[in-house]
Amino acid sequence: MSEPDRHERLVEDLAGRLAPVRRLGPPGRRAFLWCVAALALGLLVLPFADMSALHVRLSVPDLRLSAFGAVLTAAAAAVAAFQTSVPGRSRAWAWLPLPALALWLGASGLGCLRAWLAPASGIAGGEEMRGCFVFLMAVSLPLSALLVLMLRRACPLRPNLTAALAGLAAAAGAAALLVPLHPHDATATDLAVHACAVLLVIGLNGLLGGRLLDGSVR
Amino acid sequence: MAALAHPFPMPGPSAPRRDALPAMPARHATGPGEAHLSAAMRAAQDGDAAAYSHVLRACVPMIAGIARRQGVRGAAVDDVVQETLLTVHRARATYDPARPFLPWLRAIAQRRSVDALRRHGRRPREVHDPAALEDQVDAGSEPGQALEDAQEAREREARLARAVARLPAGQRQAVEHLALAERSLAETAALTGRSKGALKVNLHRALKALRAALTSDKDGRDV
Repeated sequence: MSEPDRHERLVEDLAGRLAPVRRLGPPGRRAFLWCVAALALGLLVLPFADMSALHVRLSVPDLRLSAFGAVLTAAAAAVAAFQTSVPGRSRAWAWLPLPALALWLGASGLGCLRAWLAPASGIAGGEEMRGCFVFLMAVSLPLSALLVLMLRRACPLRPNLTAALAGLAAAAGAAALLVPLHPHDATATDLAVHACAVLLVIGLNGLLGGRLLDGSVR
Repeated sequence: MAALAHPFPMPGPSAPRRDALPAMPARHATGPGEAHLSAAMRAAQDGDAAAYSHVLRACVPMIAGIARRQGVRGAAVDDVVQETLLTVHRARATYDPARPFLPWLRAIAQRRSVDALRRHGRRPREVHDPAALEDQVDAGSEPGQALEDAQEAREREARLARAVARLPAGQRQAVEHLALAERSLAETAALTGRSKGALKVNLHRALKALRAALTSDKDGRDV
């Protein structure tokens, strides 16, 4: 079969089974919808939160900034993931979450000094840190699944990048949802546990989500 | 889209098609413009098959040009064209008619070009390389003999055809599309509705079955 015939056959075949499609909404709006879903998940965990302790913790500048950074990172990474899932959009969108991520990590890093600066602070025990890790992983899972599901409707040409951004959004979202339930102040080990969970979520998303998104395109 | 009812001409002097459209206006003689393609793609999203074929046909030379600029050469250019058309089809819902069409198409074509370059760099002779199938068949015969003896070659072709015909439907489909018609995995997947993984497995099993069948045929004759 000659190449023009081969292309012509494919064109006729594709046109022959053309069905009307609903145009995908703007990436910003789709990211907003995901954030709303994440917030709804947050409302589910709110009854278990110690509101007075949360109020005290949020009055500490670095803890407040850290929580704000996590929220901002989740939103920015979600926007970046949806933008990079649409062909023709700039790859530079992938940089969008970095300032918020720097704020989140920087403010969380201040917690490393807490044990020396404020020895009376509540320090996490092994059991509590395991609880944090499990919470982060358990909440990241539905957030990642929803995000990958929404992203599969688009056409990520760089599936691993999009999936890694989705992982960052989910992990940051889970960390933000953990704030009301966090039973202790941040410490170096606590931060390390959080960082491990976040990196694991991003890595798993990049690996598994990338394959899922790749399959949606090919 | 009433305003866009069949405004998209068919390229080339070929015979009239079932979805033949009015002739292309003179101002489009050098190829359809950005606005024209954008309007056609919008109509395609609404289900206008004529507009869609027009867009896809107009895309073919553009995709080939993009692929060549990316460094793709030879038959791989046509593979990129095929892969890009398939991606355009699957991604058509992501096109925003408020934005220009060409950057959207270019992004897809460039990505598929990069994929092709990587693929060809990794596996110069993959399973759907027709020569690979010949190698499998040749494995059971004495080297060089088939080329010298035309009669032997014809017999071998007939044996191969019979062996292919005896394969289960899925395996036969994989051999016919991938090895004999030289279609890409993506194209075959789109045409048959089977996943790429299933096609690879079917082709692998088919080649194994063919080798076994042809070897036993040969053994049978030789005894």
